[in-house]
Amino acid sequence: MALSVREYRARIKSTESMKKITRAMELIAASRIIKAQQRAQAAAPYARELTRAVSAVATFSNVDHALTVEPVDPKKAAILIVTSDRGLAGAYSSSVLKEAERLIEKLKGEGKTADIYVTGRKGEGYFRFRQRPIVQAWTGFSDQPTYDVARDIGETLISAFLNETGVTAEDGTAPGVDEVHVVYTRFRSMLLQEPTAVRLLPLEVVEGEEKPSEEDLLPLYEFEPSPSEVLDSLLPRYVQSRIFFALLQAAASELAARQKAMKSATDNADELIKKYKRIANQARQAGITQEISEIVGGVNALADAQAGSE
Amino acid sequence: MAGTSGSTLQVELVAADRLVWSGTASRVIARTTEGDVGILPGHAPILSVIIEGVVDVLTEEGETWVAAVDAGFLSVANDRVSILSEHAEMSHEIDLEKARQDLERAKASGENNDDAEEAVRRAEARIRAVERAS
Repeated sequence: MALSVREYRARIKSTESMKKITRAMELIAASRIIKAQQRAQAAAPYARELTRAVSAVATFSNVDHALTVEPVDPKKAAILIVTSDRGLAGAYSSSVLKEAERLIEKLKGEGKTADIYVTGRKGEGYFRFRQRPIVQAWTGFSDQPTYDVARDIGETLISAFLNETGVTAEDGTAPGVDEVHVVYTRFRSMLLQEPTAVRLLPLEVVEGEEKPSEEDLLPLYEFEPSPSEVLDSLLPRYVQSRIFFALLQAAASELAARQKAMKSATDNADELIKKYKRIANQARQAGITQEISEIVGGVNALADAQAGSE
Repeated sequence: MAGTSGSTLQVELVAADRLVWSGTASRVIARTTEGDVGILPGHAPILSVIIEGVVDVLTEEGETWVAAVDAGFLSVANDRVSILSEHAEMSHEIDLEKARQDLERAKASGENNDDAEEAVRRAEARIRAVERAS
């Protein structure tokens, strides 16, 4: 009962206004998730057709491409870490960063050093605060990524992969690496998002999960102008579309994580308000009781004094 | 649908972030690195690189759809035509004024660098698409 009723009332008020904010954020996140999922669905046909085309070329030509060749003795790796721009999304960013740290450790164990590329202000802040070098960071789009951003990132990572390992950042281009990994959060469902790490380069063409049906068997394509040239322009696009996919998944995950975090914040605010209301009422009653006993006491004392004087 | 060799083409025009158009057609014309190709039902399977240009689709009902596309791919197999491009716009979605302005700006920014040339080609393709459609 250390505080007065008025102070409890002030606390209830501030908790209530906080609750309004978290509630609004929850609703905004909920409505954006739907859009993010629609965007992910809209991007699916492109990814599907591209994968089909890549597997067609891979099946019918024996052309090797620079992006698919395994380096003999990999020494350096690049890691693209997809985080969010804003906080208030629960453990979203920190769990991606934890996964990234695990990957860095694993690569270290294999004798590879890691160059760090980041998207999202949270990830950038994390590495800057610890004074660890970031090769490049992209920020400002984490909840609605566009394809142009994915293309930009893809071009940077591909040029890093194609550069010689000896090339350093001072030469004005991305420092050369032997492999490229991406760490992002996969959107499984509204309730489950998992941070995942995948190797992007050198490329392994992932076939569709279900077996192709009879009529879906790849026909004998002719390539124009030539298989190698088709591959030349196909593979970078494939890489970019994989990055775009990762960004879209991460955006949906971020929003889902934010919605969940804000929902529990709103629930907590409700609990707090209930608790404060109870204490405030108790304090109010205690005050009233005290006043009554003071009045009664005062009246009795007066009566006693009068009785004494008579 | 694939595998049936009828007299129509199943066409899908796909941009990186959305499906722009899909439907049946009796003829498709697109511009590849080797020049314009026309595709009719029964065309041999082909996978080819396309450049910034106009895609012309003649539907079964005799309507023509025109779209401006960026560099990408064209694949034809079993009367299924997919055109993939990072950006694609149907002619009625294109803002002609803006395309003209883009063209002016791209031309002003210099002829020598690749980016500017690409921007010029892209703007020209969009203007051509609108003009072809009207």
